[in-house]
Amino acid sequence: MSTIPSTGPHSPSSKVRRRRKFDAVRVMSFISLVIITFLMLLPLFFMVSTSLKSKREMLKFPPTFLPETWQWSNYKDIFDTLQFGTLYGNSLLIGGLTVVGTLISSSLAAYGFARYRGKGKNIWFMLLLSTMMLPYPAIMIPQFILFSKMNWIDTFLPLIVPAFFGSAYNIFLLRQFFTTLPDELFDAGRIDGCGEFRMWLKIALPLSGPALATVAIFAFIYSWNDLLTPVLYLSSSEKFTLPVGMASLTSSRFRIPPWHLLMVASVLAMVPIVTLFAIAQKRFVEGIVLTGIK
Amino acid sequence: MTHREGRRQTLYMYLFLSPWLIGFFVFALYPILSSLYLSFTDYDIIHPPVFVGLANYTEMFNNELFWKSVIVTLRYTVISVPIQLVLGLGFALLLHQKIPFRGFFRTAMYFPSMVSGVAMSLLWYWIFNPQIGLFNYVLSWFGIKGPAWLMNPDTSLYALIIMSLWTVGTGMILFLAGLQGVPASLIEAAELDGAGRFKTFLNVTLPMISPVLLFQLIMGAIDSFQVFTQAFVMTQGGPNYSTWFYVYNLYTSAFKEYRAGYSSALAWVLLIVVMLFTALVMKLSNRYVHYEGGGNK
Repeated sequence: MSTIPSTGPHSPSSKVRRRRKFDAVRVMSFISLVIITFLMLLPLFFMVSTSLKSKREMLKFPPTFLPETWQWSNYKDIFDTLQFGTLYGNSLLIGGLTVVGTLISSSLAAYGFARYRGKGKNIWFMLLLSTMMLPYPAIMIPQFILFSKMNWIDTFLPLIVPAFFGSAYNIFLLRQFFTTLPDELFDAGRIDGCGEFRMWLKIALPLSGPALATVAIFAFIYSWNDLLTPVLYLSSSEKFTLPVGMASLTSSRFRIPPWHLLMVASVLAMVPIVTLFAIAQKRFVEGIVLTGIK
Repeated sequence: MTHREGRRQTLYMYLFLSPWLIGFFVFALYPILSSLYLSFTDYDIIHPPVFVGLANYTEMFNNELFWKSVIVTLRYTVISVPIQLVLGLGFALLLHQKIPFRGFFRTAMYFPSMVSGVAMSLLWYWIFNPQIGLFNYVLSWFGIKGPAWLMNPDTSLYALIIMSLWTVGTGMILFLAGLQGVPASLIEAAELDGAGRFKTFLNVTLPMISPVLLFQLIMGAIDSFQVFTQAFVMTQGGPNYSTWFYVYNLYTSAFKEYRAGYSSALAWVLLIVVMLFTALVMKLSNRYVHYEGGGNK
């Protein structure tokens, strides 16, 4: 079918030309995206494939894309040679308790900031904001001295207890959410004879599922990935967290690093995070946008 | 508000704040003040601290390793943060179009960010291995013979900078959110006025997302001032101190050499620098919140 060329600014031909130019940009973008994605995923691909290679094959150069023999036993070996089960369990326990502590303490403080107009509120809120970016390395020495005086060295307590006393970022995040809840709900609750504490528990918390989920996810990830704190406090190997145990894999006690086991460990360390992402992708993205935390 | 109601409000506010108030005093304020005091002492954690005045600070400025750590950290920050910003924004712009498999691309680019911390360090420890690693293999496709990366003091820091670009997906998501906040009507108006895509980007999109850009610049800098995991797992600060990051130096002097006084001085310098940057980001994010919602919550 041929079209009759017409004149004027809104002629079909000018529209067609415009779309074609637009398409060229999109095709180029698509090709760049394919290349970038390939490069970004390549390390991940090799992480998984190396984790299934034999001790001999992992030293081959160039590295084989897929294992010649799929050595699934690597995933069993890591539990035998590195007490991986203990490390994993320790990290899950600490991560879980950190989440519980953070949710309770941060939502309490956030509720206090959002729902009451007490004396001195602005000062405390300013102090909260100013500790939001407090770098852990700047305060770790006195904290270490404090916890060692309490005989908490080589226990999980220094890694868990602080979470039960609120964290500035999460308080701020939840406070922002609580201020959006309508006052009428709480007025109605008060008329029904609901106590202040019950209103936090029965009105504010059930309405804040998404915000609480975001806080929980990022509290868990932070605890799961943290290396510096457990390195300071944990000394006996049966108490190590996953990052501490994994970090010891590169130490000089191996003449040749067990590359395949390093990769198994990395894959397994990723599993909880990827699971969380799969379940709550929306909360994930929201959390990144709200906090900018990596 | 009656007097009685005011007292009730104050009482309940402090009740709800109490867990955080304890946390604030015990885990934040006390350590900050304590490390300020310790920074004026000589202290090995076992014997009581001895007051030495400004000796720790004067030593710091004459200490070769301190300057080494400052230079390493600054070089890492100055190179990696801008590249991360440009790539993050670039990728976001690519994805901010109607393109097939957009969701897949976005997830795939964010995916590496989930491998953070030690797992990522172990993976890249292998990737940069000069004998069997992936990086020099990929370079060999293009006929390039790669260096020894982490084992060479001239390239080790650049290896860590390259590695930091792998998690650019987080920044990309922030930029995508920013781009979605740019009103389509503005873009259309610019295009009707005959501005090309590049000009529209430069004159409309870029100014509109500049708060996100500044926010990421400052947060990225604060993050890279505190690099520790990579140095601890991959290089132990070496070779020849080429990856001797500030926090690694702080960790070593406190927990390997047991010089808590001197390390507290290091800690305070870090604290002041980060606080300055934080004050900056707060000023900017106020404007940012205003910008988007117009609310004052």
